[in-house]
Amino acid sequence: MKLVISADGPQLEAQLDARYGRCAYFIFVDTETHAWEASPNPAINARGGAGTQAAQFIANQGAQAVISGHFGPNAFEALDAAGIKMYAAAGGRVESVVEEFSSGQLKKVTVPGKSRHHGGRGRR
Amino acid sequence: MVIAVASGKGGTGKTTIATSLALAVSPASTTFLDCDVEAPNAHFFLEPTFSKHEEVGLLIPQVDEERCTACGRCAEVCQYHAIVVLAGKVLVFPELCHGCGSCTLNCPEDAIKEVPDVLGMLEGGRTASGINFARGVLNVGEPMAVPVIRQLKAWQPVQDGEIVIRDVPPGTSCPVVESIRGADFVVLVTEPTPFGLHDLRLAAQLVRDLELPAGVIVNRDGIGDKQVDDYCREAGLPIMMRIPLDRRIAEALAQGDILVEVFPEYLPSFQDLYAQIRILVEAGTGSKLQTQSPGIEIVSLQGIRGTE
Repeated sequence: MKLVISADGPQLEAQLDARYGRCAYFIFVDTETHAWEASPNPAINARGGAGTQAAQFIANQGAQAVISGHFGPNAFEALDAAGIKMYAAAGGRVESVVEEFSSGQLKKVTVPGKSRHHGGRGRR
Repeated sequence: MVIAVASGKGGTGKTTIATSLALAVSPASTTFLDCDVEAPNAHFFLEPTFSKHEEVGLLIPQVDEERCTACGRCAEVCQYHAIVVLAGKVLVFPELCHGCGSCTLNCPEDAIKEVPDVLGMLEGGRTASGINFARGVLNVGEPMAVPVIRQLKAWQPVQDGEIVIRDVPPGTSCPVVESIRGADFVVLVTEPTPFGLHDLRLAAQLVRDLELPAGVIVNRDGIGDKQVDDYCREAGLPIMMRIPLDRRIAEALAQGDILVEVFPEYLPSFQDLYAQIRILVEAGTGSKLQTQSPGIEIVSLQGIRGTE
């Protein structure tokens, strides 16, 4: 399974970035082969719609599950539509977050979080 | 003659000045636009009878799923990430959409049409004194004020020989820029305090960037310090009027009364203010920037939804 984790740096030793849409990097990990690669988040400086842009990006990369701290309403709707499963982690290094995921310790996110941004038109 | 009454800081007295200026010169040939569409309040003072109502909104995309091939072109061109293509389906996020029309224009399958999405309301009418009054009201929960302000301005085109007074929202953000754009003169209302000065500097910078002539009114004069005076002298901003801190004025305003109605002794000051503005505008201090707003098409929804 192709897993993606929002991170503050481009390595497995980086910390989980709790902001999904505006994290610094996405680290894609293949849970079978443990191969991984890091990509800068193209949505980090989006004026609005960072959540939807990041969802489009990781969906295009073929991610099947995503781990972050918080998913806003737009991000949730887009990821849900893309069939990408969302998991919440409290924090820690990317490699330990992947272990927590593999051992089934992470909780699946089934409801959107509150909007934390002031961009866009925020009507909901 | 279009006069915008603005301030950096909120609560300095923009509406106090704007409403009195509207009454002081020639109300019957004055249009008053309350551009503070997030919190319009001038109607409490001028008490117009609203006779015209019109919904205002943007055109947002609607995707024909039969024609759509999920090619993703719309998502690529959307600067606001308001349209995404995921798992072979197009998803539109209306609250992110700025109505630019790029997705519709770029769709190779012609699968997108534009449908109106309501952001707020325009209301217009006359006051007992004959002022043509109009305001925009942004719908609750809707933070994009600019399209409503832009449409309010277009709704009440400037007539020959009339005075248009725009009551501008506080701050220096996009709604303020839109409210000031196209004005002949900007009145900056401030108070002589460090807060007033801080925000006056920002507002003055904005007005300079827009290359508009401006002057300052010091409200609640007598409190604070002399720093606003010093700043205005250095910046070459004329101080056009001073209104002292006076408990009687505060009490009258709190009851929804208008300054020049309760204290007619201020009438000459406002008439003089207008005369000063005319002189400065005619002297051509500062050249005007574009009067036309660039960019996005805004749709009047009258006729589409029959809101009259």
